[in-house]
Amino acid sequence: MRYALVAEDRIDLRPAFSFLVLLASLLAGLVAMGAVFAANGKDPVMGILRIFRSGFLSSYGIGETLSRSLPLILTGTGLAVAFRGRFWNIGAEGQILAGAVFTTWIGLSFASLPGVVLVPLMLVAGMAGGAAWGLLAALLKVVFSVNETISTLMLNYVLAEFVRFLIVGPWKGKSQHGFPYTDDLSKNASLVTVPGTSIPYVTVILAILAVVLVYLLIYRTKFGYEIRVLGENSEAARYAGINAARVTILIMLVSGGLAGLAGFSEVASKYKHMTYPETISANYGFTAIIVAWLARLDPRFVIFSAIFFAGILVGGDSIQISMGLPAATVQVFNGVILVFLIMSEFFTKNRLVLKRVGSRKEGSGRA
Amino acid sequence: MGGFAGVEMRGISKSFGGNYANRDIDFSVAPGEIVGLLGENGAGKTTLMNILYGLYRPDSGEIRMGDRHLRMDSPRDAIKHGIGMVHQHFMLIQNQTVAENVALGYDKAPFLFPRKVVKAKLEEFGLTFGLKTDGDAWVWQLSAGEQQRVEIVKALIYGAELLILDEPTSVLTPTEAQELFGVIRSMAKMGKAIVLISHKMEEIAAVCSRVVVLRKGAVVGHADPTAVSRSDLAHMMVGRDVALSLDRAPLPRGEEVLSVENVCAQGDRGLEAIKGITFRIYRNEIFGIAGVSGNGQRELVEAITGLRRTTSGKIVLSGKDITAKSARVVSELGVSHVPEERIKFGIVPNLLVYENAVLKSHHVKPFSNVVFLNYDLIRKHAANIVDGFQVAARSIDSPMKNLSGGNIQKLIIGREILRNPSLLVASHPTYGLDVGATEYIRTQLLKRRDEGGGVLLVSEDLEELFSLCDRIAVMYQGRLVGIAETCNLTSETVGLMMAGSMEIPQEACS
Repeated sequence: MRYALVAEDRIDLRPAFSFLVLLASLLAGLVAMGAVFAANGKDPVMGILRIFRSGFLSSYGIGETLSRSLPLILTGTGLAVAFRGRFWNIGAEGQILAGAVFTTWIGLSFASLPGVVLVPLMLVAGMAGGAAWGLLAALLKVVFSVNETISTLMLNYVLAEFVRFLIVGPWKGKSQHGFPYTDDLSKNASLVTVPGTSIPYVTVILAILAVVLVYLLIYRTKFGYEIRVLGENSEAARYAGINAARVTILIMLVSGGLAGLAGFSEVASKYKHMTYPETISANYGFTAIIVAWLARLDPRFVIFSAIFFAGILVGGDSIQISMGLPAATVQVFNGVILVFLIMSEFFTKNRLVLKRVGSRKEGSGRA
Repeated sequence: MGGFAGVEMRGISKSFGGNYANRDIDFSVAPGEIVGLLGENGAGKTTLMNILYGLYRPDSGEIRMGDRHLRMDSPRDAIKHGIGMVHQHFMLIQNQTVAENVALGYDKAPFLFPRKVVKAKLEEFGLTFGLKTDGDAWVWQLSAGEQQRVEIVKALIYGAELLILDEPTSVLTPTEAQELFGVIRSMAKMGKAIVLISHKMEEIAAVCSRVVVLRKGAVVGHADPTAVSRSDLAHMMVGRDVALSLDRAPLPRGEEVLSVENVCAQGDRGLEAIKGITFRIYRNEIFGIAGVSGNGQRELVEAITGLRRTTSGKIVLSGKDITAKSARVVSELGVSHVPEERIKFGIVPNLLVYENAVLKSHHVKPFSNVVFLNYDLIRKHAANIVDGFQVAARSIDSPMKNLSGGNIQKLIIGREILRNPSLLVASHPTYGLDVGATEYIRTQLLKRRDEGGGVLLVSEDLEELFSLCDRIAVMYQGRLVGIAETCNLTSETVGLMMAGSMEIPQEACS
């Protein structure tokens, strides 16, 4: 008798079950990550515990985790919108930077305006910057049928180089002692943070609003319905008279705009000036892709997955120092988690069954 | 391979996800025999034959050839035992030649330069069985009928003694079908065993020496097709009496709803697909378009429903020019559309039933205001469709993809009819549906006509066209080669026109 593993479709998908599969895949990811620690000669259990302890259990860590979760929530909800419509926006990095550039521009140009006027102006500018950069990729797709995965990815580099040009060239600050930064924003232009943390009040409100509004957008509005129809079956969308070009453009205005808000917040509260692109966007644009998928493209769950990944970023920073691991460890960690998440998709949709397939001579009878 | 002694399947059961597709089925076929396997869609015909062809393993039961057990893990094993199958959807590689396709799975083909050997084989088998093919032709150049011939020759070259044909006439014109039946009969005379899977009773009666009827995964009867009546067979298939012919009361022609004048449009490859089409549809009328698919019917339907740009000509709906209007505008002006390939175009499988119920009207009152959808009303509307059009869905909250093909189509029909359209365009509305669902959908189309709507019915099923339509037009290579009152037509003339060998001059038909 021989046996074979056979994959069968699961007929009923229960949310509780898919949550369990998700947990199991995260656990498997952690085990795989343990192997990475072990290969580096570090105690795997200690390593993983330390990541979680410093990310989620220390008071400093919690503040830091929440602070870093905010750009992830903003960007992640935006990506959830794009991915729902099957627009593969890999360009949130660039959209964050575009938001940061516009924010800085307004912040520096109108530095003397009172904060109640200036901050909203910067906010709108940041959002518009991100939206514009997202719109570019949408137009490339709609007008020239350029594959958006490639265009959004490449536009990241365009904007990163542009930022680099700005900070060493026309925008280089006179007060920064030769460092490639713009001048600092005025006090009016800075966001007020929760005392003792780097959590800006404004961004907390923005993140909550983003989650609520995007949730309503996806599930309650005409536009959200059209996004889902287009994403799930573009032929049916055409049949239904849905204007795919219009929906695609709106998707990217929302997705890019939310990433732009993350850029606004990073500049106006954390750095207070424009600096190296990799510092400003800090890979949030890529991490947010994983955040959105872990949340199954549901904005409500983006909150949790963003906090989870922010904690890992914070914990990862701390083990670099305390355990002497290379800086890439956190990226490896994120990559491993993403791979296991993708695998979990398979296990939620299929059931593996061990089947007896009979022996060579006996025929396929089970009698 | 020693002498082929026929195949016997005993006690075959197979289930998918807890549902039996086959339950304890006995089936046999002997050399020289043509056995019909008749049943509705989902009765388990194809599953049973896929088991015989090694694509599925049965959960229990055995397959015997003479006194030997056969064990089949893949079609490769089946081919080794002399079993060949031609699927409903052809398994040919489009951008290879016929000879290359045949060489691909042919284990006796030489490693280098197989073309010559294969071409010789193609010729040899073509002569024996009257199946001419051109080994150097590209598969994408071939019509469906020619591709089918390639599939059959391929199976024969691989050494098939038993040939399974799954719904072979679904892609053929009536004439081509007759030719195919001739080939099948001559193969049987030469000692080949044939299994013909079909849900069309006429076909079974025309060629089979024996028929096995399946219903819900089990054998419900054996019969000599020449000895039983069609309604008996239908009763066996469906399990109840079925109205095989529908009442179409003569109605006076109403006012004009659609006028298509000299319309031309390009196909997906940029070639002219419809060439100067002109016709009119009136209220209280079902206007049929017959033709082998691929002759421009899809492009014509898309041009009318706003999904395809026309290059010239004029389309007018109840006095309003809709020639260059978008699909949404055309739909809002009163054209409903039951699309071909219902799962690909007509629904969003991963969305829920109630979300699919407003696919084309989600954006208008009362289902939405400027921004938000009104889910209470949408759900009520979905429940109306489900109740009013006999959609068997566990709930309106289940994903659309969990519905069977017939129920998907009933939902689409319901959705489109409840919009109360002045013109209902239906493309192949009963294609691939079981007898029960087919009967229901046809009744609904007739009801729409009787209520004063105009219906444009595109179909390949002549029986359907003749029983439903007031007038029938035949489409061939992008042109209407004839329009006539149904009562003035016979299926022979329509068949000839479908094949391009006859035309009715346009003046005579308006």
